[in-house]
Amino acid sequence: MSLFDLCSAAHLDRDRVGVNPTSRGLPCIGADLVAGMVFAPSSTSIFAPAATPARSIFGLSMLVLSVTLAIFLIVGGLLLYVLIRYRQRPEDGNREPPQIYGSNQIELSWTVIPILIVVMLFLTTTRVVLETEAIPKPTSAMDVTVIGHQFWWEYRYPKLGVVTANELHVPISDPAKPTPTYLTMSSADVSHSFWVPRLAGKMDVIPNRVNIMWIDPQETGLFLGQCAQYCGTQHAKMLLRVYVQSSQDFAAWIEQQKRPAQQEFTGNPAAAEGQAVFMHNACINCHTIAGTVATGRFGPDLTHLASRDTIASGPIQNTPENLRKWIDDPSSMKPGSLMPAMHLNNHDLEVITAYLTQLH
Amino acid sequence: MTTTPAVQAIDETTAQRGRPPLNVVYEWITTVDHKKIGLMYIVYALIFLVVAGFEAILIRIQLAVPNNHFVSPQVFNQLFTMHGTTMVFFMGMPLLFGIGNYLIPIMIGARDMAFPRLNAFSFWISAFAGLLLYFSYLGGSGLYAAGSAPDVGWFAYAPLTAKVFSPGHSTDYWNLSIFLSGVGSIGTALNIVSTILCMRCKGMKMNRLPLLAWLYLVMSGLVFVTISPLTAAQIMLAIDRYLGAHFFDTQAGGSAVLWFHFFWIFGHPEVYVLVLPAFAFVNEIVPVFSRKAIFGYPAMVAASVGIGFISTTVWAHHMFTVGLGPAGNTFFVFSTMVISVPTGIKIFNWLATMWGGRIVFATPMIFCIGFLFQFLVAGLTGIMLGAAPFDWQLGNSYFVVAHFHYVLVGAIVMAVFAAFYYWYPKVTGRMMSETLGKWHFWLFVIGFHLTFDFMHIPGLLGMPRRIYTYEASRGWGTLNLIVGIGALFQAAGVLCLVYNMVRSYYQGEEAGNDPWDAWTLEWATSSPPPSYNFAVEPTVTSARPLWDLKHPEDPDSEYE
Repeated sequence: MSLFDLCSAAHLDRDRVGVNPTSRGLPCIGADLVAGMVFAPSSTSIFAPAATPARSIFGLSMLVLSVTLAIFLIVGGLLLYVLIRYRQRPEDGNREPPQIYGSNQIELSWTVIPILIVVMLFLTTTRVVLETEAIPKPTSAMDVTVIGHQFWWEYRYPKLGVVTANELHVPISDPAKPTPTYLTMSSADVSHSFWVPRLAGKMDVIPNRVNIMWIDPQETGLFLGQCAQYCGTQHAKMLLRVYVQSSQDFAAWIEQQKRPAQQEFTGNPAAAEGQAVFMHNACINCHTIAGTVATGRFGPDLTHLASRDTIASGPIQNTPENLRKWIDDPSSMKPGSLMPAMHLNNHDLEVITAYLTQLH
Repeated sequence: MTTTPAVQAIDETTAQRGRPPLNVVYEWITTVDHKKIGLMYIVYALIFLVVAGFEAILIRIQLAVPNNHFVSPQVFNQLFTMHGTTMVFFMGMPLLFGIGNYLIPIMIGARDMAFPRLNAFSFWISAFAGLLLYFSYLGGSGLYAAGSAPDVGWFAYAPLTAKVFSPGHSTDYWNLSIFLSGVGSIGTALNIVSTILCMRCKGMKMNRLPLLAWLYLVMSGLVFVTISPLTAAQIMLAIDRYLGAHFFDTQAGGSAVLWFHFFWIFGHPEVYVLVLPAFAFVNEIVPVFSRKAIFGYPAMVAASVGIGFISTTVWAHHMFTVGLGPAGNTFFVFSTMVISVPTGIKIFNWLATMWGGRIVFATPMIFCIGFLFQFLVAGLTGIMLGAAPFDWQLGNSYFVVAHFHYVLVGAIVMAVFAAFYYWYPKVTGRMMSETLGKWHFWLFVIGFHLTFDFMHIPGLLGMPRRIYTYEASRGWGTLNLIVGIGALFQAAGVLCLVYNMVRSYYQGEEAGNDPWDAWTLEWATSSPPPSYNFAVEPTVTSARPLWDLKHPEDPDSEYE
């Protein structure tokens, strides 16, 4: 059953990513029917690769699926045949069938053939491991430092002077002139795992250890994923959002993110007051707003908070209402979040929200 | 020619007549009889099966629809931690130890285990460990809050277990109960090894040992190899938490990956600790209901021993995403794939045993057929996970959860059900109802496939395990609903089993000594067996002593 469904998953994805020669030869009888019933189109399917690491895994997975499907059909078919052919029939009576104790030749054959299959799968797998983990880093690569926190992601672009949180922006990579992104990953607290299925397999983000992975996305758009290693209460809402942009859009984004935060709010007294309230409260102990006294690093950098689509590491849309509710009591929206409720009065909540929504 | 003990020479009737209820309780608590200890193990495991099964149903209700608020994230995290820990340490191992405890001495013609008192000690310490784990619901967080169960996951990845991330005492309950259950497991494993090596009856050379005993021998050897590092790691964790060591304390230079290694050096062979007894039951049941000797006895023994050795070299396939580098990853790809060879040999030998036989579809046999089919699928998804890059996508997703439940439920639990139906007449002297057995089988199989076939797909669609909820836009909702519905079918199947067991105890047909026309020594004594098992030590001349007795014209001993 599961193997059958895998076919249909492959089928779906071919529709989305265009022609994929690897999946074409698979028998997908009735797959569309199953797909229609069972699948809503998913933005996190491992069978819709959009970057080289995910694509080479996709190729390997199709091979492994075909081999295991063949074994399943042969052995399962034999089992079915034996059950039907050698079932007890009324005419058998109580006579015992001939007792056969074994055969060395037969044992040898079903030892050697599996060994050959194993060697074939092992060599193919090794090739994909080396293709992904042991190729030299091109000079055109961009570096991003990924730091996992209980329950959000910190992204730092060391060579570009940008720090952001929860929404990773990377440039598209042209296969002819690749500009891959190398993610250097570690954790500030417990183990996490970085998994954006359409771009690459997952890589664990472990404290006191540095792991490196790379992606070279070949189409623009938003790619979703989420933390894949249990990391505490809000593991479920530690979502990943990767925005793949054309090189112009990406350069513009970098330019904007490099600027310090806006500090003059003439004509917007609420925002100006909100800034003052923010700077006089404990907010600054955990959050950074570049160019101000807020330099905390325990929580996400808020310098350009208003330029993000979501808050709280992905699950909540970044609207003024949601932001106000979040600042009032984060645990009501994401129970277990480490940001405390600050017990601000309504007025302070209004002005802080007014301030933060200006941080474009 | 085999001789079997036809007479029950020892009169126990005066000892058993008219005892007050309190004495019965006292007798069970103080017993060192392997059969009674075995039954206590089984009952204890079944209680935990119900508890942990109930936890699973709560988990499935929470996940049945997106953005569900049935339980809080904290409670959900406790549920999956307790479900996993209970099922592995307080359901799986005790259940299999219990069945082994009951059967091994009888099958090798012995009167008891080698160390009866150690046997009782091991059981009671394991039982205490289980109670300790659940006491955390009352005593868990100590000063920090009133009561909370462990919520660090059943593999309790460091440094989430460090004092700073897990204050209070919930993690300590987990830590200590695993430590204690390990002491019990080592004791029982030691007992099984000694019993099989030293207590066999006359003529039972190792090449005439029932395959069940062989598999328990390998399983017990694995327990030594796997529980020891786990216990060591628990001690290190306790020292980290209370004496300021830094083994796993990453903030002070410790290593989280060290814990991963310790845990999986235990964790992977543990799968084989659980599955080898399942193989053991199938090895006994399939031949009897195919009316043929097991095909390739030496190959089956060699494959079992091979699995035992290879299984200690594969642990880091649980760590393909940890960043071991290409050399480490490819080594563990190879060892992982190689283990499919002896496993495949077993499947082929079972098929060959059935080939040319006369297959009787009694309830124990249909559960074994379910086992064969599901174990095949589980092995194949295991090969997918063994291909490291594929695992980079599938690891820690629901695909993995579906895979290992295919092994644990589809293979092991099915084989245990088969064992229940097969040996229940021996234990109680009464047959179980075949009709209810078939209801149980079909409800359970349908539920199993609804749950665990469909559980693979969300994993392929990017759903990680251990999330308490998910967004509707991810498209995992329908699939999780089907998975949840399947769980209800399985629960209904298990209810059939429970009802069948209780009803048959009072109303079942009288079984007699040998209801299945089987060939191993347990069927030579009465049902239920007397406390001393055999009045006279049996003598055997082949692996199937009762076949020899029933077919004096064509005994197995002539083919050795």
